[in-house]
Amino acid sequence: MNQIKRIISKNAVPILFAIVCLLGVYYAQMPGQFLFMEIIKRMARNSFLVLSLIIPVVAGMGLNFGIVLGALAGQIALILSTHWEWSGIGGLGLTALLATPMAVLFGVLAGMVLNKAKGREMITGMVMGFFANGVYQFIFLFLVGTVIPFDNAALRISTSPGLRNTVNLSRLRGVLDNIWTVQYGFTKIPIVTFLVIALLAIAIWAFFKTKLGQDFRAVGQDRHIAGVAGIQTDRNRILAIVFSTVLAAWGQIIFLQNIGTLNTYNSHEQVGTFAIAALLIGGASVTKATIGQALMGTFLFHLLFVVSPSAGQAIFGSAQVGEYFRVFVAYGIIAISLALHAWRSKSLAKASMEEDVSA
Amino acid sequence: MSVPVLEMKKISKSFYGTQVLDNINLTVNEGEIHCLVGENGAGKSTLMNILFGMSVITDTGGYEGDILINGSKVAFNSPKAAIGAGIGMVHQEFMLLPGFTVAENIKLNREDTKPNPFSKIFGKKLETLNRKKMSADTRSALDKLGMNIDEWVTVAGLPVGYLQFVEIAREIDKENLQLLVLDEPTAVLTESEAKQFLEVVQKLARTGISILFITHRLDEVMAVADNITILKDGELVSSGPTESYTIAQMAELMVGRKVETSGRIGNVKSEKANEAVLEIRDLRVDMPGERLRGIDLDVYKGEILGIGGLAGHGKIALANGIMGLYASQGQVRYEGMDVPLNNPREALNLGLAFVSEDRRGVGLVLEDSIANNIVLTSMQTQNEFLKPGPLKLKDQKRIMAHALESIERFDIRCTGPEQIVRRLSGGNQQKVCIARAFTQNPKLFFVSEPTRGIDVGAKSRVLELIVELNRMGVTVVITSSELAELRSISDRIAIIYEGKLSGILAPDAPDVEYGLLMAGKSLEEVGIGERATN
Amino acid sequence: MKERLTKIYHGFGLPRLIISAFLLALIVVAAGTELSVAGLLSDALVRIGQNGIYVLAMVPSIQVGAGLNFGLPVGVIAGMVGVLVAMENSLLGFGGFLVALLVAIPLGIIAGYLYSLLLNRVAGQEMMVGTYVGFSIVAGMCIFWLMAPFTNPALIWPVGGQGLRVTLTLADTFGGTLNNFLKFEIFGLTVPTGLLLFYAFFAFLLWLFLRSKPGVAMEVVGRNPRFAVASGLNINAYRSVGIVLSTVLAAIGYVVYAQSFGFAQLYNGPLMTAFPAVAGVLIGGASTREAKVLHAIIGVVLFQTLLTVAMPVTNQLIEGNISEIARVIVSNGMILYALTRVTGGEQA
Repeated sequence: MNQIKRIISKNAVPILFAIVCLLGVYYAQMPGQFLFMEIIKRMARNSFLVLSLIIPVVAGMGLNFGIVLGALAGQIALILSTHWEWSGIGGLGLTALLATPMAVLFGVLAGMVLNKAKGREMITGMVMGFFANGVYQFIFLFLVGTVIPFDNAALRISTSPGLRNTVNLSRLRGVLDNIWTVQYGFTKIPIVTFLVIALLAIAIWAFFKTKLGQDFRAVGQDRHIAGVAGIQTDRNRILAIVFSTVLAAWGQIIFLQNIGTLNTYNSHEQVGTFAIAALLIGGASVTKATIGQALMGTFLFHLLFVVSPSAGQAIFGSAQVGEYFRVFVAYGIIAISLALHAWRSKSLAKASMEEDVSA
Repeated sequence: MSVPVLEMKKISKSFYGTQVLDNINLTVNEGEIHCLVGENGAGKSTLMNILFGMSVITDTGGYEGDILINGSKVAFNSPKAAIGAGIGMVHQEFMLLPGFTVAENIKLNREDTKPNPFSKIFGKKLETLNRKKMSADTRSALDKLGMNIDEWVTVAGLPVGYLQFVEIAREIDKENLQLLVLDEPTAVLTESEAKQFLEVVQKLARTGISILFITHRLDEVMAVADNITILKDGELVSSGPTESYTIAQMAELMVGRKVETSGRIGNVKSEKANEAVLEIRDLRVDMPGERLRGIDLDVYKGEILGIGGLAGHGKIALANGIMGLYASQGQVRYEGMDVPLNNPREALNLGLAFVSEDRRGVGLVLEDSIANNIVLTSMQTQNEFLKPGPLKLKDQKRIMAHALESIERFDIRCTGPEQIVRRLSGGNQQKVCIARAFTQNPKLFFVSEPTRGIDVGAKSRVLELIVELNRMGVTVVITSSELAELRSISDRIAIIYEGKLSGILAPDAPDVEYGLLMAGKSLEEVGIGERATN
Repeated sequence: MKERLTKIYHGFGLPRLIISAFLLALIVVAAGTELSVAGLLSDALVRIGQNGIYVLAMVPSIQVGAGLNFGLPVGVIAGMVGVLVAMENSLLGFGGFLVALLVAIPLGIIAGYLYSLLLNRVAGQEMMVGTYVGFSIVAGMCIFWLMAPFTNPALIWPVGGQGLRVTLTLADTFGGTLNNFLKFEIFGLTVPTGLLLFYAFFAFLLWLFLRSKPGVAMEVVGRNPRFAVASGLNINAYRSVGIVLSTVLAAIGYVVYAQSFGFAQLYNGPLMTAFPAVAGVLIGGASTREAKVLHAIIGVVLFQTLLTVAMPVTNQLIEGNISEIARVIVSNGMILYALTRVTGGEQA
């Protein structure tokens, strides 16, 4: 009995969201086939991005709101690959390869900035994302076509500076998903995409069994103690952000090859928020995140996303209520997690003090 | 005898012109248990920092003197280098990761690994942990200590007493360990745990590992040490085999009066003494690291009462508890009225004032001006320095006038009342603290560590100020780690040991009596009769 | 001479020097084109008055040690409800403006108090928690706007839609009331006297409050909580005072903003309100731990003038609207600079 209680209290967040989702599914009255298709599509699209958040959490840097930088690296690579007309799965691989050095660079820069803001990594990461977004817009909305010569009708309207608002990724659309699909009902399951996600999950799992992974864990637990033991904490923190940024770049490429069009100026904006919300809904926290939580969270969050409008329509007579509700949930879950984390770490410090005194 | 494992020769170190270690020699032989004894601030930790090549030393200009390991000269510029040479350290605070298992902690950054396909491409860092080997090594280290805990249990769940053993297991797992430094390892242990711990230490020494043992507990020193080195104020005061000391002698050497200390500057308390103005009954204060475990003490009207004792024994907690800064229980009566505990406001309203030992943390608003620091408490608790009217605006003119007056009266060296307090020297900061307390017009004045970290000239001025305040009829309770300073101005001195009152002595009582009370020995116990201490 | 220059440099700070120089350069460039400098400065005056109170709202929050108030939307929402209540009742001119304030202020106090209870429990992480509390409240209010019981046809969608419109115009109610009060023109420069007076009045009130006994106590609590405890002050109570003050200023700030802007943008409109305000006070010379009313004033003047002047001037040089992007880069760059400048933890 007690064990059940413990399992429930340990997984309170995912259980709560599972209930909310079930209610949503019940009220939405969606055909099961459609629901299944949507979920499969969204899991394939988003899981990789959510998984990219795990390493910094374990390394003690909290939720990496800076994965936006990785997404930007991915998008820049996609823009270039469109320009050079790369296509097919080879083109996609090449695009990912092109994104990698950029993501490494961004990650190193981000890691260095975050090392200057210890204890405030999350807010700094978030503001850094906004800032990078501004610079990105400045480059692609103004410099391209004016200062940077760039002529390509697919990407630019020659009469005004900057890239088009939407770029058609027709050469890369679905090239990963469509390598091998299995038809189930009228859902095409993109087996290779899921294999890639599984591969990443295994890689992360295996990574934490290595010496470097162990170092990350140690730095995440206590920077000071790890440092005394001779682990280079700052360097490891930068590495953790680099890994996360590179994975986010690849994740964004996978995401966009599935969508098939790039919203030049908006595709990346909500990447951080939605991926983080998904991770948290899976039961992760600022200091603890597992692969299972990431996948479970992605599933629940996107289930909620799919059913919200219809459920809103059914309950409140307005699909928009549902749409706003899911955004509210995304922000709300992050706010609650952050508050609980701050609250807990404060009372923990207090409790350990009291313990010390009554010992 | 063969070459000593460790020799430290003529070690000197100064921080920014202040000499903290002067010509220290220390020799530890193979399999020897060597005890390093001294009050807090005697220089033990600086000596250990030098040995370990800590950055606090290397970044501040290094040290003078030589360190020899197995007879050859070394100079470590990082702890890693020291560890590489076979020196291990168990810190006072546990260096264990709570979420890691015992084995993971013991092997922290020394994990055994085995190659995998990726590590062959990307380097050794990506080798897989060899948990089997880690587990086996841990088991054998734990077995050496006679510990039967499971090596895959997370440390977070273990009782405090076990953590110390995990730390030692980590050190002895290092293959080339020859010297183990233990920094007050028994402070957090219960009596039986400490006993078990000492047995393990002796067992280790018999295997040939040398032990450098830092402790305050003189009983322990007598029980396990082969040789003893006593430091005081950065100087080596005595060194030799354990048999040549008694507890009383060690105590005396530890606290002995500094030669240059001037005589009394305090006055002998007035005749109408012995009228208790503050009655403390069974006061317990939950101050981390300085817990007070039930103390009964009367403070007499018009006296200067000194509170002494070693660091960590709770002397600091007395004033902090009464002033409501740390959770307390018990009874405190001031002039017959109950002082409500855990309520700083009430204590201030009763006319108690406090100059904290933590000058920069509690005593001052470092980013604020001298003027504001002087008047803030009085403004907030007594509505002073406000313009008349419902808005309660601060009266800048009166604040400035008062600040100027205080600067002159307390001889605060500054560019003016608007100067930011952070920029002042320690001594002048302390004078600002005292000026703030004066501004409250207190009837009872608590002052803790008034001269810590301030230069010699300012020291005597600060002490004179306290005596001056006392002459104006204010009762003073002064807490200090510097016995000499207590003895120079107090009428009586209460010594606190392990959170309890160890005894009360006259300022001119012999050194040995102070030493014994500080080491927790009652005077009768060692055959010195209780003297009249009024 | 050199000494005096370095003194001015240190007093004013590098970021302000750069921005001032840049601003000056922009104005010189503007004078060289067919743009009307007076017109640009008139716009700048309006934007200063329009955003000034938001920036003021940062001061009590920083002073009390809660850092930059990223949870500004908590107060903004209260202001929105005030504006909506006034509009629902078709109140015109000053009547509408005052009713909006009268509704907004008590709501701001309640919301600010509840918000402060949360922030007191998460001391040290106020900025991050505040950001997402702000975001959540904006998102949550989106649902409210859809279902809110407003009936005035000027507010709700005409046939076919549900709930409040996305953008409401205040032109027919109390838009510009404050701006037009005692407005005058001099050398082609239009001065929105009422707006600036109103702003100056609140800046003065805040300045006065910070010089009073509770204001001083607030500052002590923020600067050194342990000293504050030792001086008998109740830390959480004063932190609440500071946060409530900040929230109420945000609520008032919204009412002023809406009447000056002429439109109320509901739904996701207020999502990012905090960022320019945060950047404003930082540009004025504040840090995450220190802020004065003067910083807020300098900041809003520099930042808003920069944004107003930058857009048309750069439009002369390159096509497209760079103002929005300049805002994003400057404000977030400034915040990033402030966050990485302090060493150690926020509470250290």
